[in-house]
Amino acid sequence: MSSPIETDVAIIGAGPIGLFAVFELGLLDLKCHLIDILDRPGGQCTELYPEKPIYDIPGLPIVTGQELTDRLLEQAKPFNPTFHLSQMASALTKLDDDRWKLTTDVGTEIIAPVVVIAAGGGSFVPKRPPIAGIESYEGKSVHYAVRKMEQFRGKNILIAGGGDSALDWTINLAPIAAKLTLVHHRDGFRAAQHSVNQMRELAAHGKINFEIASVKALHGSDGQLSAVTLANPEKKEWEHACDTFIPFFGLTIKLGPIADFGLNLTENLVAVDTAKFESTTPGIFAIGDINTYAGKLKLILSGFHEAALMAQAAFHIVKPNEKLRFQYTTSSSSLQKKLGVA
Amino acid sequence: MKIVATDRKGATREVEGRDGWSVMEILRDAGFDIAAECGGACACATCHVYVTDGWFEKLPARSDAELDMLDMALAVEPNSRLSCQITCSPELDGIAVTVAPE
Repeated sequence: MSSPIETDVAIIGAGPIGLFAVFELGLLDLKCHLIDILDRPGGQCTELYPEKPIYDIPGLPIVTGQELTDRLLEQAKPFNPTFHLSQMASALTKLDDDRWKLTTDVGTEIIAPVVVIAAGGGSFVPKRPPIAGIESYEGKSVHYAVRKMEQFRGKNILIAGGGDSALDWTINLAPIAAKLTLVHHRDGFRAAQHSVNQMRELAAHGKINFEIASVKALHGSDGQLSAVTLANPEKKEWEHACDTFIPFFGLTIKLGPIADFGLNLTENLVAVDTAKFESTTPGIFAIGDINTYAGKLKLILSGFHEAALMAQAAFHIVKPNEKLRFQYTTSSSSLQKKLGVA
Repeated sequence: MKIVATDRKGATREVEGRDGWSVMEILRDAGFDIAAECGGACACATCHVYVTDGWFEKLPARSDAELDMLDMALAVEPNSRLSCQITCSPELDGIAVTVAPE
């Protein structure tokens, strides 16, 4: 394993608020590392509504989730933040020198005097279908992602869902599977049209089966699936033999390991003060949707304000012997140098 | 108007709806366990409910956006709706809905 990374601030969450925090901290010469479970920055903005317009960002009368993310990335760029994507912040421990060590589920370790939790509602994780006993098959014969295609060679696969992931993996796994069935609750898809056409082509040539139905029950033993019960209003219920089930129902948000960081939580939110947006644990800040205080509004613009105040307080923790000089970007040549415009 | 809502544990109670508000907002504010992650933008499918027969037919048809988003919901049934897409109105007084499994 590589040695731990040492930096000024570790930020959990690369959504809009985490990105703006990089900017505010950067103006004060604080370096940031960000962790996010998604494979790209933007959080809910890019995962849930990349194409939907947002109308309440000050100064941007209309902006989509993706555009806002792109602009925040551009704004943060002079400060050269490091992104640790596709990994989940899994543990937080205090070191003897009062700094914090943040560990991710793939073993990245970041040591910093300040940790900023900008995790929104928590981590995006795959939705688990509400089928009795599905947990006992997970990892062995029920999978929520395809990491190594070879693992699925020669299998009798059932894929469920109607989005791009379900369609793409139906098309990609069809050549190596012994048998592959796609099951979806309707004869319509929210996937790229060429993928839908390709899937229908495969079905027409008998390379895959397509069933309009839903999965009602799983059958098997010791984590190994042998069949599922499918159902639809016409055929009622029937058994379908398969040894592998891959449901693709998108992602949902769970608080995840932050719940075990030992922070003061109120209904899954981190309680903070409104001067510094620091939790009751010194050095741990929470900004954006993940925090709570009297009068809290879950708006992106509130998170921006919280990031600015947090940065002032973080400065004093990271550089206890330095005086913070409050400056404006319009008039300060030193800030303009940092931004690369002077 | 009233909404007769059943939670995931099967408990039913009546909540007061407000004209022009979405059923999602009413249920969420009344303490039902509805994530509504996207805040009502028809972008996440975490406000999925089943609408009791008889009421389902009275609702305006599902938009393409809602149908697409229901693809990401779990345990979709013919009477599935996203509650952020149902607007409270006097005609819906007494509408019965059940919160779908998570």
